[in-house]
Amino acid sequence: MEFTELAVAAFAVLGAGIAMIAGLGPGIGQGYAAGKGVEAVGRQPEARGSIITTMILGQAVAETTGIYAFVIAFILIGVANGILG
Amino acid sequence: MEKALQGPSVVFEIFGIPINETILNTWIIMAIIILAAYLISRNFDRIPKGTQNVAEAIVESLNDFTVSTMGKGSRWFAPYAGTILIFIFFANISGLFALWPPTADTSTTLGLAIMTFFLIQFNGIKSKGIFNYIKGIVWEPIPIIFAPMNIISELATPVSLGFRLFGNILAGVVVMGMIYSVVPIGIPVPLHIYFDLFAGVLQSFIFTMLTMVFVSMAMETE
Repeated sequence: MEFTELAVAAFAVLGAGIAMIAGLGPGIGQGYAAGKGVEAVGRQPEARGSIITTMILGQAVAETTGIYAFVIAFILIGVANGILG
Repeated sequence: MEKALQGPSVVFEIFGIPINETILNTWIIMAIIILAAYLISRNFDRIPKGTQNVAEAIVESLNDFTVSTMGKGSRWFAPYAGTILIFIFFANISGLFALWPPTADTSTTLGLAIMTFFLIQFNGIKSKGIFNYIKGIVWEPIPIIFAPMNIISELATPVSLGFRLFGNILAGVVVMGMIYSVVPIGIPVPLHIYFDLFAGVLQSFIFTMLTMVFVSMAMETE
């Protein structure tokens, strides 16, 4: 195996790791949404159902960037796997 | 892990067309849903009993869910929403039955997302009229300058919908594959509950709900 091929594989795997730093964002966002949801339920316990539904919807949208990062990381690992056979 | 990286493998070929696990499992799920729908609805009575009670409860809760999300007068959307909810639910939990989840393949998820995209555009045109629809894209909020951004945001909707479902389910498959390669006995059982059952139910629910929200947003007239 040539050195350049090996380097491409190594940097692809490294890039996958760096891409997953994006996991920070959704974590913060979902945690914030959950905290606000708890506050809202504490203030208005009777509206619990609709608050949970809205919170989960917002968290799903916040999660999108993390999922994009995961897809990119997965593609990069696929590249490395293809080179290393 | 290896399996997850390779994606669905080709099972057999019909007239040179490769049939992979995604298509085969989609067929299996379709057969199960059609068979269940036929067997349950075969002998319906005026007075419900047994399985008919369950079926009616499911249909009623789907109708209520649609109306509560999209507002009054949106019962017409409940059959489509219910169908994709049930299909995605079965597709997501098929990992429990050692099948490759069809939703862990971009073909399935982007196909569903494109259906949503056309529903959004069609209902937007239908409720606003073709002139107002084009005006909404080209002329708002700033004339001409915002047209490319509006078009991109319309096109980004199905992409983000499709990749959200795909990414979530594939992440479950990858993590479960890693755990199986380390500890094949015992430990994976509770994790299946989270990655297949919990994430599966949640993602099917979210996909349906976002579809309904986008369609009702497109139908809003000022």
